[in-house]
Amino acid sequence: MRAGGGGIVVRFTLNGREVEVTTRPNATLLDLLRNELKILSVRRGCETGECGMCTVLVDGLPVRSCLMLAPQVDGRSVTTVEGVGDPERLHPVQEAFVEAGAVQCGFCTPAMVLTAKALLDRDPNPDERTVKEAILGVLCRCTGYAKIVRAVRLAAERVAGGVRE
Amino acid sequence: MNRFNTHIIPVAFEYHEPRTIREALELLARWGEDAKILAGGTDLLVQMKMRRVEPKCLINIKGIPELDYIREGPTGVRIGAATRLRRLERSGAIKRLFPALHRAIRWMASVQVRNMATIGGNLCNASPAADTAPPLIVYGARVKLASVSGERTLPVEDFFTGPGQTAMRPGEMLTEIWIPRQPEVTGSAFIKVARTAMDLAKVNVAVALTLKGWSAFNVRIALGSVAPTPMRAREAEAALEGRPPTEDLLRRVGEIASEEIRPITDVRSTAEYRREVTKVIVADALREALGMVRVGGVA
Ligand SMILES: Cc1cc2nc3c(=O)[nH]c(=O)nc-3n(C[C@H](O)[C@H](O)[C@H](O)COP(=O)(O)OP(=O)(O)OC[C@H]3O[C@@H](n4cnc5c(N)ncnc54)[C@H](O)[C@@H]3O)c2cc1C
Ligand code: FES
Ligand code: FES
Repeated sequence: MRAGGGGIVVRFTLNGREVEVTTRPNATLLDLLRNELKILSVRRGCETGECGMCTVLVDGLPVRSCLMLAPQVDGRSVTTVEGVGDPERLHPVQEAFVEAGAVQCGFCTPAMVLTAKALLDRDPNPDERTVKEAILGVLCRCTGYAKIVRAVRLAAERVAGGVRE
Repeated sequence: MNRFNTHIIPVAFEYHEPRTIREALELLARWGEDAKILAGGTDLLVQMKMRRVEPKCLINIKGIPELDYIREGPTGVRIGAATRLRRLERSGAIKRLFPALHRAIRWMASVQVRNMATIGGNLCNASPAADTAPPLIVYGARVKLASVSGERTLPVEDFFTGPGQTAMRPGEMLTEIWIPRQPEVTGSAFIKVARTAMDLAKVNVAVALTLKGWSAFNVRIALGSVAPTPMRAREAEAALEGRPPTEDLLRRVGEIASEEIRPITDVRSTAEYRREVTKVIVADALREALGMVRVGGVA
């Protein structure tokens, strides 16, 4: 692929749907999702990779959308929290967040849910340390993390039917 | 740091996604110093938002399959420059053969960042605090640099020339890191002191040594964030070389290392603290490496 300073066409799968957008090569994936595609669950935080608010899944792996260029997702699959369950049928991770009371202001919640989902997709039975390690890259200024860790382990129980001590 | 963050990428550039090393090198030759390689982007995009670098051309090397591998061979392990940290952290070969490197990678940044960041990017960014540098230096690793006119290799130790500066010439890129197998009865360790796991090191240290009888040989001690480049503490190494590693001697070696370093005071730490903590972590890392040899034999 090649593009000058002007427009560039990026095609990718967003939450299971094919999308095609014209954007600038110097737009980040975060810019593309928020400004062009109006997906506001992907938050703009520090913009330097530290806070994790902009987390999305690219080909199933959690990454920082503020540190990726829009053209880098050409041909790939991007998941935001809109692609994880819906208000009628929540994903087990979302259910567990509600039940464990792991949400306060909700600013970090999309990033937490995506990070937890990616973890459980790969390791359905994570120990507490693994859960903490996974969410260490997503800052929450409200909950103190205990309920979030509990929620992820509750979701693991539901999905896999058990957790390790 | 955030004070200068523009929150956008305030420069326009051409964007290329070569599929082979050859194509990437041709682009580099054509664009010269106006081009920047984009690997994980976890350093570069931040620097672009801060307007610290303003390239006219970005060459994304993440789509080049021949730069993404971990190959275990008879003499050592070869790693493609664009191999992601997360993949290295999950590699059995890295964990078994180079535990200090494995430890360094596991405690870098966060899972999300390690899913993006590459080992080549960590070296080429040439931060004095780069966490993979001290372990690679003590293991005697070499980097392979390529340009349209050929290839050369260099010890990692000689790769860094200053903060953000490397021995790479215009038109060159890093393609491979080679880490030799360590002799039997070698122990190694890595310790990082930082405010939180996500942070860059205030000080980091890697050590490796081989035990013959009661004495330590091939002693290597490398430190980061204590000088303009990652550095070896050669006087400290010499003090231990060929001698039995007694408690008194290990403490003395830590003190010598602490005198050898050239730390500055910056946002992360003071020079004074860096000197104090160096004494302690050099001795701790040596103890850990020795413990590893005594228990496990080869490590
Ligand atoms: C939140 C956060 C936490 C971090 N924590 C740590 C930490 O704990 N320890 C640590 O050491 N680092 C840390 N970093 C820094 C960074 O993630 C690492 O240095 C990473 O390994 C850089 O790799 P990259 O692939 O993202 O490099 P990029 O940003 O893509 O590139 C970095 C530089 O190297 C050049 N480059 C890259 N690959 C090549 C190549 N093959 N040939 C020639 N030039 C090349 C680029 O042009 C650029 O100048 C952190 C970063 C963030 C955002
Ligand atoms: S906005 Fe991307 S990590 Fe903070
Ligand atoms: S719930 Fe408010 S930041 Fe996490």
